[in-house]
Amino acid sequence: MQLVVSLAIGLLAGSGVWLLLRARTFQVIIGLALLSYAVNLFIFSTGGLRTGAEAILQPGEVGSLARYADPVPQALVLTAIVIGFATTALLLVVLLAARGLTGTDHVDGRERER
Amino acid sequence: MTGWTDHLVIAPIVVPMLAGAVMILAGNRWRGLAAGLGLASTIALLALSAALLVLADAPEVRVYRLGDWPASFGIVLALDRLSAMMVALTSVLGFAAFVFSLARWHRASVQFHPLFQFQLMGLNGAFLTGDLFNLFVFFEVMLAASYGMALHGSGTARVRAGLHYIVINLVASLLFLVGVSVVYGIAGTLNMADLAIRLRGVAAADRALLEAGLAVLGIAFLVKAAMWPLGFWLPGTYAAASAPAAAILSILSKVGIYAVLRVWLLLFGDGAGGSAGFGGTWLTLGGLLTLGFGSVAVMASQNLARLAGASVLVSSGTLLTAIGLGRAEVTAGALLYLAGSVLAIGAFFLLIELVERGRDIGADVLAVTREAFGTGEDQEDGEPGERDAVGVPIPAAVATLGVSFLACALLLAGLPPFSGFLAKFAMLSPLLAPGGGPPPAMAWVVTAALILSGLTTVVAMVRAGMDAFWISPSVIPVRVSVVEFLPVALLLALCALLTMAAGPAFDYAAAAAQALHDPAGYLRAVLPAAAGPR
Repeated sequence: MQLVVSLAIGLLAGSGVWLLLRARTFQVIIGLALLSYAVNLFIFSTGGLRTGAEAILQPGEVGSLARYADPVPQALVLTAIVIGFATTALLLVVLLAARGLTGTDHVDGRERER
Repeated sequence: MTGWTDHLVIAPIVVPMLAGAVMILAGNRWRGLAAGLGLASTIALLALSAALLVLADAPEVRVYRLGDWPASFGIVLALDRLSAMMVALTSVLGFAAFVFSLARWHRASVQFHPLFQFQLMGLNGAFLTGDLFNLFVFFEVMLAASYGMALHGSGTARVRAGLHYIVINLVASLLFLVGVSVVYGIAGTLNMADLAIRLRGVAAADRALLEAGLAVLGIAFLVKAAMWPLGFWLPGTYAAASAPAAAILSILSKVGIYAVLRVWLLLFGDGAGGSAGFGGTWLTLGGLLTLGFGSVAVMASQNLARLAGASVLVSSGTLLTAIGLGRAEVTAGALLYLAGSVLAIGAFFLLIELVERGRDIGADVLAVTREAFGTGEDQEDGEPGERDAVGVPIPAAVATLGVSFLACALLLAGLPPFSGFLAKFAMLSPLLAPGGGPPPAMAWVVTAALILSGLTTVVAMVRAGMDAFWISPSVIPVRVSVVEFLPVALLLALCALLTMAAGPAFDYAAAAAQALHDPAGYLRAVLPAAAGPR
């Protein structure tokens, strides 16, 4: 499982960085979205990758740290997802405004001279 | 939680948050209410931060435990001298920018007032929190508001610069998250004090990974502080922003500096064992490069707004260089410099608009065009809203502006008699004093860089000042309303006060730097049980 998760994070981060460096605003925003997925998965994985661990203790059972999903990274990733949503939405609005004002979707607001 | 004074620590976050929320509810219908509430909130923040300054000037650090949970389970706010100083600077700058905006800028969009309050809330929260993840959250609050502030007034130049600004800061936020999660994965805590204690006992095998995580975190801070080569976004964005927005944005770069000061000195101070001083050389080198780049940028800027943006770079470079040396005496001088430069750059950004107004309408909107075609040739029309300059003409308005400009130039360049000079002297004198410290070669390089950056600033400011006041004739008579000039005068008067009361101010900065370099008091206050003897 570790291998699959690491490969997924690497793939998402790599594609995200590549798209982020492109010249079109839409590619940049998709790149940012992929990069934030990669980061969110990364945060999630810092709590340790386990299957079938309890989020809360079972009734009538003495809890043990071996069978326990760390809730803090889950809380962190939730916060990061919400903030990421909000900022991506804001960026979309600015992107549309830039498209309307400059008439091009180049990130610098003007096409490169040829 | 004993007395009511304990709750003052959280007030600088709660007051603007409530004010901003009420303003959103008031919406477009009661604009007067929003303006009045904003004024009340900024004045309340001034009073609060004055009270906090007095409270913080004590040996013990005040800790506010939210929900009264012990630290490392719950989250904490911590108030020490540095936090109180930063909150006070934010309040003063916020008040000045807000009063300035009341002349006309606040009418450009309905969302100005709530955004302004949330901006103040994010800044104050970032200065007060004692927890890495909350630092991230307050960074985001502050940035989200700053995106709106940078775009305030709209226009092509602002949207174009704003797009770059948002993308760069989003990437920096992702780096912040990566750093935070690596730190959590290894140390198992995000409380800064707890982290500082656990860092001493981290296994040697994990130490490199933890340091890498903290270095990624540092990059996120340094993007905010605009260290070379992470700071190319800054002059363009700040030059394009409207005057009150630029003034409040100028303290955002100081948040990066604050985060470096707080986290780096807490985690990698002398008590950190194997990691002590990690990355200090890089901070100094980066600071020197920023200083060099900023000095060249100051000389190269062809209009006042870009000049101001470049002087933000110079001030960041100076601070990073001084902090990276890792000596309490130098840090004390740097803190004094920080206070003076926040006030001076804020005043300069506000002043620029008043000066540019006399030259050609809408120059601040068309900063990028002016850059391409040089000064004095612009015939484009400004924003319709910017034409109707309100207010009564002050007699000899140009002379008043000129004197203020001169004061700004002296402050930014660090020439006597103002506090910039005293602060630079305070930074340099321990470096050149005999005995101990960094290698002498480094001390000489730092001294030369600080003095040369002052020289280039003087040359550039004199050139810009001559161009603004003597050479190019005013297109229209300058009309400056009292409401617009008062904030500039207030900020400059505070700089003068900082110079006259340099003794107490320096004692305060020295005590703050001492506490930063020897954080035992901070650790004991946040974690009474775990800190133990050192």
